[in-house]
Amino acid sequence: MGTMLKIDNINVYYGAIHAIKGISLEVGEGEIVTLIGANGAGKSTTLRTISGLLKPKSGTITFEGKEIAGLAAQDIVKAGISQVPEGRRIFANMTVMENLDLGAFIRKDKEGVQKDLKNVFERFPRLEERKNQEAGTLSGGEQQMLAMGRALMSRPRLLLLDEPSMGLAPLLIREIFSIIADINKTGTTVLLVEQNANMALSIASRAYVLETGRITLSGDAEKLAASEDVRKAYLGG
Amino acid sequence: MNSLRKTDLIMLVFGVALFIVLQGLITGRILNSFWQLNLIILCINIILSVSLNLINGYTGQFSLGHAGFMAIGAYVSVVLTTNFHWPFLIALLAGGAGAGFLGFLIGLPTLRLYGDYLAIATLGLGEIIRITIMNIEYVGGAAGFMNIPHNTTFTWAFFLMLATLFIIKNFVNSTHGRACIAIRENEIAAEAMGINTTKYKVMAFTIGAGFAGVAGGLFAHCFYIINPTSFTFMQSFNYLIMVVLGGLGSITGSIAGAFAVTFVSAGLASWPEFRMIIYALMLILLMFYRPQGLFGYIEITDFKIFSRFRGGRKS
Ligand SMILES: Nc1ncnc2c1ncn2[C@@H]1O[C@H](COP(=O)(O)OP(=O)(O)OP(=O)(O)O)[C@@H](O)[C@H]1O
Ligand SMILES: [Mg+2]
Repeated sequence: MGTMLKIDNINVYYGAIHAIKGISLEVGEGEIVTLIGANGAGKSTTLRTISGLLKPKSGTITFEGKEIAGLAAQDIVKAGISQVPEGRRIFANMTVMENLDLGAFIRKDKEGVQKDLKNVFERFPRLEERKNQEAGTLSGGEQQMLAMGRALMSRPRLLLLDEPSMGLAPLLIREIFSIIADINKTGTTVLLVEQNANMALSIASRAYVLETGRITLSGDAEKLAASEDVRKAYLGG
Repeated sequence: MNSLRKTDLIMLVFGVALFIVLQGLITGRILNSFWQLNLIILCINIILSVSLNLINGYTGQFSLGHAGFMAIGAYVSVVLTTNFHWPFLIALLAGGAGAGFLGFLIGLPTLRLYGDYLAIATLGLGEIIRITIMNIEYVGGAAGFMNIPHNTTFTWAFFLMLATLFIIKNFVNSTHGRACIAIRENEIAAEAMGINTTKYKVMAFTIGAGFAGVAGGLFAHCFYIINPTSFTFMQSFNYLIMVVLGGLGSITGSIAGAFAVTFVSAGLASWPEFRMIIYALMLILLMFYRPQGLFGYIEITDFKIFSRFRGGRKS
């Protein structure tokens, strides 16, 4: 299993605020890796930096052997990384279909896009039923599915997910997580950011714990789930 | 795509028919010269409101500098026709190109600004353009530019308006247009989809400014003299009112908005002070009853009657 994504000692600022303080992490090809941590730890900031929405002040980000830190967001999508942003950020006034079309914005291979659209509809039958519905009128769970389907339309090799469980009922959370596991099984590497550490650790192979901009713990997901420190801080005892 | 071409064709036929009727009314002297001029102004206002809608409505950038770009087009074209005797159409296009080029240069830095900041920057920009022109001796300064050939006929105004509608409608229905709409809907998501947001914002701004320049040229050649006071920020507000009234994101709406504002201001020509009161009332009523504008995001071609011609593109 080769390393797909390697982050080495990045520092990210919002103006004077030092949000990420020298983080290093790795995601191997085919893995699900999760990044957990409390509110404001810097999880979203890390994902936004990988996907090029933010630029690190220092450090390197290597994707499949290529340096991508500082590239424009569209070039990072083209390189094969796609992000499902926090809060889903679907195009609310557009139809489900138009949202999915925009997910494939950078692609020129029409046939490949059609094929992926079919795959997305197979994975999320509810989206197909509602393909002409305005996306803003979907339920929270359906919107999350749409955000994931839209991200898959660029046919990423690495999928970045920012809190897919946010605001969803427990049953739906379980459904979403089993879909994530399934997406991973069919060949997409996943970096998953979650506050719901229980669920995240249950499907991930490895995990990193982020605290105020620094990684404080890392390792095997199962072992972390069993560790006393993590249980106390993130798993409610 | 096929069905889109069909609507284009229907619109063209409809446009030409409308032109023949109106031209008949003009040749038959049924419309007096006051209403003839207003008909020309209406065509010009439609070009301005539709092009502003591309920036403010479709792309979601708040520009208040449209009168400035109009001024560039006006002055470039009158200099070319009056002093250099260029053919009218070429001069108009040169004016549009000049305004578009300036839009491009200014768009690059300013479109990185968001919301209110962009509005203030473009407002200031429009005023800078006007004041700069006021201080250029060559174009007559504050006194204005004189002896302009009276080239703008109803035919010119009407067909350039039709061309504008055609080009902007096809732009917003293209991949580029979808990128612009995605930016309006959610800029961060658009960026995450791999849309180069700066590129598309600058593109919309440049095209919008270019058409404002063409409209400025048409406007200038309606009169024997133009001066910088025709291009104050109050004019930019007027075009904004047309766009907001009709609906941000609807070309049909911008036409309706231009129609309403043009004829309200023509009808109240003798009582100009009432104009602003009427606009204010219209906007207040709009806020209460139809905040998305008269047409919202809907086009006239979305109505049932048109889907018959289109062979059911939408279910
Ligand atoms: N746009 C911004 N401007 C300034 N500071 C920001 C901005 N976005 C985030 N921050 C700060 O950076 C830090 C990390 O924020 P981030 O959004 O990455 O946290 P998070 O781990 O994703 O939290 P949550 O679980 O609540 O989503 C926080 O202190 C936050 O206040
Ligand atoms: Mg977050």
